[in-house]
Amino acid sequence: MREDSGRDVRDHVEAIYRSDSRRVLATLIRLLGDFDLAEEALHDAFAAALESWPENGLPANPRTWLISTGRFKAIDRLRRTDRFDSADANALERLVQTTAPEVEEGVEDDRLRLIFTCCHPALSPDAQIALTLREVCGLTTEEVARSFLTPAPTLAQRIVRAKAKIRDAGIPYEIPSLPELPARLDSVLHVIYLVFNEGYLASSGASLTREDLSAEAIRLGRLLVELLPEPEAIGLLALMLLHEARRASRTSPAGEMILLEDQDRLLWNRERITEGVSLVERALSSRRIGPYSLQAAIAALHAEARDAPSTDWSQIVGLYDVLLEVERSSVVALNRAAAIAMRDGPEAGLTIIDGITARGELDDYYLSHAARGDLYKRLGRVGDAVAAYRRTLELVTQEPERRFVIRRLRELGETELPES
Amino acid sequence: MKYLCLIYDDEQQMMKRPRDETGKMNADYMTFTEGIRKSGHYLGGDALQPTHTATTVRSRGGKVSTTDGPFAETKEQLGGYYLIEAKDLNDAIQVASRIPSAKFGSIEVRPIHVYTR
Repeated sequence: MREDSGRDVRDHVEAIYRSDSRRVLATLIRLLGDFDLAEEALHDAFAAALESWPENGLPANPRTWLISTGRFKAIDRLRRTDRFDSADANALERLVQTTAPEVEEGVEDDRLRLIFTCCHPALSPDAQIALTLREVCGLTTEEVARSFLTPAPTLAQRIVRAKAKIRDAGIPYEIPSLPELPARLDSVLHVIYLVFNEGYLASSGASLTREDLSAEAIRLGRLLVELLPEPEAIGLLALMLLHEARRASRTSPAGEMILLEDQDRLLWNRERITEGVSLVERALSSRRIGPYSLQAAIAALHAEARDAPSTDWSQIVGLYDVLLEVERSSVVALNRAAAIAMRDGPEAGLTIIDGITARGELDDYYLSHAARGDLYKRLGRVGDAVAAYRRTLELVTQEPERRFVIRRLRELGETELPES
Repeated sequence: MKYLCLIYDDEQQMMKRPRDETGKMNADYMTFTEGIRKSGHYLGGDALQPTHTATTVRSRGGKVSTTDGPFAETKEQLGGYYLIEAKDLNDAIQVASRIPSAKFGSIEVRPIHVYTR
């Protein structure tokens, strides 16, 4: 009987760890003013829970219990430490003096503080991503390393350096003030978007997608919308859901890449599309329209088209026009050219792409050559198509995409091809 | 916390700047310095002579070598600094972003290392 209830409590502790450990950590960082101390305190608090709860039963509010236990454990730890430097002294003083209302006050904002701190632009983008996945999402260093195909020691080092910079450069644990918010939010959204993209279209390696990372990015996006429902945060969540909705149709069972127009739309996840579309509407109704919301609106038009031919290319081109206004990027211009080709025919698209590469932009970007190859193929200009796909083949780094290009070249009658 | 804001600017471009622009720049610096004195951020600051006045000194194995020029030839050169007191990095970035040269050059913000005991 005793055994059983003990196991029961252990299950509870595990469940609470999964659901609440990041919240507890976020508050402990605020109270202790140090990431490493807070992580140790979090660990101590859960260890204490495993000892105490089977004896004394579950506390009424486990999260509050964990925070206050973590705090006391940190005080103990600091008092015991023999290498007592001034940072520790400050932390100890602050800890001892913190009153219960001060602990409570701002608990709700702690997760947002953690997100903004991990995504502080004074940290390198790599460090922002690693720290966010580690601290906000709770992935282990090994998991983060595996996701980004980085050796674990390299990644661990990156996290250690980032924490050191937070401490030594005085990056504050706070939500940015209103004037700073838009720029700082951009940096958070960018981190989430990079994580999603790495999961959606892995930049290198054997498989086309890494689902875990996309799921993690969507979870982060949801959390951000819950904590800070800014239009662009909503737009980014919509964008991710709409892309993710197509996951099952993007690769064949053999792991081959399938283009949007050839995808089986019955495989698209309707639930995600419905949620994505309604989020797009919410973001656009704010009248503060940014690049993520616009990209989401484009994705929504694709998602809502019954089949490829009934895609509303005029509206998509219109949205790309606006997107190009808010974000002058040659990649956006390239996508717009592809949409124009669908609306006005391949020549129109080719003229624009040639214009972009003539400016010396995107000439080393595999997708501009893949797009040209596709448009030449549509025009029946086999020689030009082959040349463009050959160039793509030189530039592409990801395995399924490389095999796709080889397939295309074979379809065009090429026989001398590298192994696929 | 104390931060050193290192002001980097393109000397060549600065020399070419018309007289009235230089005048405006100096006035902007006066206003800025006055502003951070009032807000309590200011601890110190100076403009430096151009890099052609720089001498780089090294001591190796007891031998001192002196060479003409700055430590590194870069596109932008260290032209001055402010030492400031700021609440945290965000506060320091706030101050640094208002240094007149931030519009043309770059400001490197470095926390001052505090030695204990």
